[in-house]
Amino acid sequence: MTDDKDVLRDVWFGRIPTCFTLYQDEITEREAEPYYLLLPRVSYLTLVTDKVKKHFQKVMRQEDISEMWFEYEGTPLKWHYPIGLLFDLLASSSALPWNITVHFKSFPEKDLLHCPSKDAVEAHFMSCVKEADALKHKSQVINEMQKKDHKQLWMGLQNDRFDQFWAINRKLMEYPAEENGFRYIPFKIYQTTTERPFIQKLFRPLTADGQLHTLGDLLKEVCPSAIAPEGDMISNVKTFLFATKMLILHSKQHFLDGEKKNQVMIHGIEPMLETPLQWLSEHLSYPDNFLHISVVPQPTD
Amino acid sequence: MPSSALWAVDLFGRVHTLSTAGQHWEPCRNGQLEFKRVSAATQCCWGIACDNQVYVCVRASDVPIRHQEEAYENQRWNPVGGFCEKLLPSDRWPWSDVSGLQHRPLSGVALPSPHWEWESDWYVDENFGGEPTEKGGWTYAIDFPATYTRDQKWNSCVRRRRWIRYRRYKSCDAWAKIPSQEDPKQLPDPFNDISVGGWEVSDEPLGRLSVWAVSLQGKVWYREDVSHPSPEGSAWCPVDTPGEVAQISCGPHDLLWATLWEGQALVREGVSRNNPRGSSWCVVDPPTAENGIMHVSVGVSAVWAVTKDRKVWFRRGVNSHNPCGTSWIKMVGEMLMVDVGLNDQVWGIGCEDHAVYFRQGVTQSELSGKTWKAIVAVRECDRSHSGSSSSLLSAGCFFGDEVRGGGESCPASDTEASSDIERLGLHQLGPTEPLDSPRSPPSCGTTEGAGEVAGLATQTSGAKPHPGPPASPPAELPWTNIDLKEPKRAPSPATTGFPGTSSGFPALGILPLGLDEPYCADDHPLWAWVSGGACAVEAHTTLKWFSVQMGLSPSVQTLTLAITPAQTAAWRKQIFQQLTERTKRELENFRHYEQAVEQSVWVKTGALQWWCDWKPHKWVDVRVALEQFTGHDGARDSILFIYYVVQEEKKYIHVFLNEVTALVPVFNEAKHSFCLYTPERTRRRWPVRLAAATEQDMNDWLSLLNLSCCESRRVHGRPSPQAIWSVTCKGDIFVSEPSPDLEGPEHPLPCDQMFWRQMGGHLRVVEANARGVVWGIGYDHTAWVYTGGYGGGCFQGLASSTSNIYTQSDVKSVCIYENQRWNPVTGYTGRGLPTDRYMWSDALGLQECTKAGTKPPSLQWSWVSDWSVDFSAPGGTDQEGWQYASDFPGSYHGYKTMKDFVRRRCWARKCKLVTSGPWLEVAPIALGDVSIIPESPAGTLGDGHSIALWAVSDKGDVLCRLGVTELNPAGSSWLHVGTDQPFTSISIGACHQVWAVARDGSAFYRGSVSPSQPAGDCWYHIPSPPKQRLKQVSVGHTSVYALDENGNLWYRQGVMPSYPQGSSWEHVSNNVRSVSVGPLDQVWVIADKVQGSQGLSRGTVCHRTGVQPREPKGQGWDYGIGGGWDHISTRGNATRAPQRASQEPPTEPAHLREAVKGPVCC
Repeated sequence: MTDDKDVLRDVWFGRIPTCFTLYQDEITEREAEPYYLLLPRVSYLTLVTDKVKKHFQKVMRQEDISEMWFEYEGTPLKWHYPIGLLFDLLASSSALPWNITVHFKSFPEKDLLHCPSKDAVEAHFMSCVKEADALKHKSQVINEMQKKDHKQLWMGLQNDRFDQFWAINRKLMEYPAEENGFRYIPFKIYQTTTERPFIQKLFRPLTADGQLHTLGDLLKEVCPSAIAPEGDMISNVKTFLFATKMLILHSKQHFLDGEKKNQVMIHGIEPMLETPLQWLSEHLSYPDNFLHISVVPQPTD
Repeated sequence: MPSSALWAVDLFGRVHTLSTAGQHWEPCRNGQLEFKRVSAATQCCWGIACDNQVYVCVRASDVPIRHQEEAYENQRWNPVGGFCEKLLPSDRWPWSDVSGLQHRPLSGVALPSPHWEWESDWYVDENFGGEPTEKGGWTYAIDFPATYTRDQKWNSCVRRRRWIRYRRYKSCDAWAKIPSQEDPKQLPDPFNDISVGGWEVSDEPLGRLSVWAVSLQGKVWYREDVSHPSPEGSAWCPVDTPGEVAQISCGPHDLLWATLWEGQALVREGVSRNNPRGSSWCVVDPPTAENGIMHVSVGVSAVWAVTKDRKVWFRRGVNSHNPCGTSWIKMVGEMLMVDVGLNDQVWGIGCEDHAVYFRQGVTQSELSGKTWKAIVAVRECDRSHSGSSSSLLSAGCFFGDEVRGGGESCPASDTEASSDIERLGLHQLGPTEPLDSPRSPPSCGTTEGAGEVAGLATQTSGAKPHPGPPASPPAELPWTNIDLKEPKRAPSPATTGFPGTSSGFPALGILPLGLDEPYCADDHPLWAWVSGGACAVEAHTTLKWFSVQMGLSPSVQTLTLAITPAQTAAWRKQIFQQLTERTKRELENFRHYEQAVEQSVWVKTGALQWWCDWKPHKWVDVRVALEQFTGHDGARDSILFIYYVVQEEKKYIHVFLNEVTALVPVFNEAKHSFCLYTPERTRRRWPVRLAAATEQDMNDWLSLLNLSCCESRRVHGRPSPQAIWSVTCKGDIFVSEPSPDLEGPEHPLPCDQMFWRQMGGHLRVVEANARGVVWGIGYDHTAWVYTGGYGGGCFQGLASSTSNIYTQSDVKSVCIYENQRWNPVTGYTGRGLPTDRYMWSDALGLQECTKAGTKPPSLQWSWVSDWSVDFSAPGGTDQEGWQYASDFPGSYHGYKTMKDFVRRRCWARKCKLVTSGPWLEVAPIALGDVSIIPESPAGTLGDGHSIALWAVSDKGDVLCRLGVTELNPAGSSWLHVGTDQPFTSISIGACHQVWAVARDGSAFYRGSVSPSQPAGDCWYHIPSPPKQRLKQVSVGHTSVYALDENGNLWYRQGVMPSYPQGSSWEHVSNNVRSVSVGPLDQVWVIADKVQGSQGLSRGTVCHRTGVQPREPKGQGWDYGIGGGWDHISTRGNATRAPQRASQEPPTEPAHLREAVKGPVCC
């Protein structure tokens, strides 16, 4: 029988084959070859692209090099989102490898944060972990840890050491036996179709009478449009507009054949709406201890 | 009925139980009896019904309560007729008891009460001291009374034989009426109160209880001779009291309190093992003069009381030496009654709402607890919307003559309320803070948890109660965590409003039924009485009583092993499937891509201590580094470096973790240490021993090292059904995957190369079979079944499976000895000769062990009892537990003779360990030994058939487990197999050959055991080897091995299909502690002593070499892991070396081979 622990391994070792191409307007001394890399889903772009930088710098003049940034089909990629989330959100329906364009000029100041060094990634990562533990355990677990434990979490992520990371992270995933779950589930729901960057609310893993909340319960509560069934479509104006938009964007046949409209994705898979949220939080959270849930339109083909 | 349950009586007199694992009150099968009060113990519950008669409900068990009746037939020889019944006038009766003084004809032996039945007719006991007599059971002597022998001699003038017959208690799980004391000279005086306790006072006889009752006239009665084999006791015996008693409470140990009608409490003094009734009474005044004590309840070292104004009081300073305690402390809350149960946990009935409250936070260090929390579990009958009141209708009534009318109105009113209960309960439980009590006790919610100050009553001797609301606040108590009440509280309106409070007390629990109208509007059951004497709640127990859960019927809660709903759920399967698909999609065609992050060497470093290899051996500080790297093939390997400094020179030793064969935690000397074995270290009997500063540090290292070892050997997940299981003397469980050539005929794998992986949990015995069924027995004889998980205990995180890990606890006793020497002036004193041992010592007298200085075996253990004299020492003890001898060290006996100048007695103290592991308890019968049939993994009889499992209970009963399968390894129920004496060891071999060892040291073979007749038909007595008492037996495919008390291993010669009992015992080896024969007839033992090149180890795993079908006794021993090993089970390993059959033609004719392989095969 497969053990739940295997899920952690699968999640950790998730890789996205990526093709990095230099932006056409970048000035090069000679032609820049595309660069192929397996990106860890759970890591951050600026943490794992040293090789990319080195590769393209070879063909560029020193003075043309400033901060590197990435873009996919016109969308600048936020380095502070985990790679797997970026992919699920923007590119899950496109063919592999994932084609990312590399820029060294005209940094999109309004879309992206600067990432001066890996310390910035570490600071961002640790603040996420702390925020998650504040939700899960009123920060009790993270505060009881020593500095070296925090370091081990970070080093585990940076060096892609599953054991090293989980030796500490398991403590963040524990909860008192009598409570059957965390205080609140740390999650963020992302939609490409809205302006809002993400949805985040307080949500408990258990109902008032002790039943487990499911993924469906969460979506119903905080993001009903994600799972709105056919019949409710018209009544819900927002969803209706969204549906209309989809009608325009995509072929009609899809909308009319009664298929569901959205995919709810975590780590490139679509868990069933019956999946208990507590289990998801323990097993499918990113290393920052958040469940990053992408709600994306169903691909049309 | 659940093994641990709270008992309660509702206002309508119906008895319910609430399991510690459950969420619903379940009606007790009490026919149409209505009860006023109940008092529960673990094995039974006593109660007073509305007819004022006493009833006892004994918990049914798979092992029946049986009692052996015996009678002796005596005969004398005369020259004319030989032996005949005609005795001399001076002789004993022809039919007598064992002493010959009592006339005892077989027809005159009657059943003691209607609740017993005969099991069979009288029969002759043919067993005489472990030897079969084979002469009609006759034993011979020169004259009465004299020493009897098996054999008739020339001067044997008399003979006798023993007749036995078993009677069986038949009224289990039903209320059996206890006849009331009939004194025609006096008016009938019906019983009014009852209390059961005293089970910790003495172990003898088994299950002894103190049952106390109070009559309406205020007299106190003690029930004689209540014990497990005599659940009803024999007679009521009056106990004088200084006043008229209203209520009584007997604790598990030596506390006994009663209340007088005048409001004082009576405390019994002098309760002890030899005098469970106690000797005298002592009066304790109530906390306040105007409100006398109405109700009192005692535990082991706690006394709670309720006064007439419904206030709850806790008595300070109560213990065995001072049963009266020192002073009263007022607690928050108003209760009708309180009850102290196991572990001094407390329950109460709320004054206003008649709900059952549980006192949260009661621990050994804080006996007064923290808050009252209402139990909101609903009754089964409330849940059923059909409205059929199950408690009244469903249960069969066993007492036709006691059927009473009345109570017809109850079900109706009850069902009306029932439909609303779940909904209302849900509302009440809304999203409040989880720890808060949704229904806080009457008039105490506001003060709970605030900075409370006590209204602390003064010393009882002073008898100076608090005069109303005091002008100044009383002195601040040193403890603040007790929810003591503000002294200035206005009297609660609820109190004044309650009918009948001012004038005495309305007899508790018999509240007039007329009251039920206002209460029935309420949304929860109304309770009148609660008893926690059978309810084991401990610190780690998670109770589900405080929230109402819907939709789950109680049957759903019963755990099905190995497969929990979460694991079979579709969502879970889908996640696994999708992840696999994702990996395929995103990685399959891109494996040639470069990795973004290069794998590096990971180094974990730390400071540990190392037990150095050279003399003088001592702990030295070392730096330790574990380097983990990934090879080109993706395999992980690790090296452990230990850096030390010797004479200012830095040196190191290193260990490749793929060579490590075992990592063994060693908890002692207050050090958190562990041993690391390699084959070479095993041969030297000198492991690498490391110690960490804290338990956490050690656990982290152990987990990491174990993970590394398992990764490098690619051992992962659940052990295979073939695995070999073993247990160390510390109770740690190890498991090893056998390689196919382990039992190879030519070059078997040396067993020091076997890799042992630890499993969480704590066991004394573990037994496996090849279909993956594994059972264990703890030190406290609890039976456990393996759940299919791995890890637990100190293995957390990745080293442990997510599911199938449960809390496990174990209890054992630590023994120290009090030694004394006799001198002519003062007799026995604790002052010995200068050459004597310590006056407080260990068993050997070598180490000083004082009561105060003796610690639990390791930091994992904590004391759970006080020191008490152990009367069960082998050889017997006198009344005070002393054993006598002529000198130290000598052979001790339980009585003093002229030659005895020294004596000793054993003091025992129980300690408890709480850990976790892949084990679930198989309640409720405690076991001494267990054996599972060895089978080939394929299952020769096809899959799905049940697996034979036999066991011996801790009391010596032989049991056969029914319904054991791979999917339900715990089985369903026990089938009791009758024996004429207690057994100690059992083993079932291939083809259902069942062998057992009795307590007298002889062996037994069970005839005709088969799948269709799982319990067989009769026992065949097999004498032990000459002058040896057997202690263990193990049966493999055809081989039968037995072990005697002197460590000799014996092989049973001549076991044939036609004669499965065999012919004789052949000596194989000495120096053996325990033996396990496997399905291939392979023999593994734990050797007592094994000398290595550097050290001696005690308790070593050994493998018999050269075992062949033609030579089942083998030739020699191959030494494996040790010391400190106590038990091994190789009975799962049915893998033969695979290539043998195909590669080499059989060296002997096939038919002969077959014949030799399986002579007994069915």
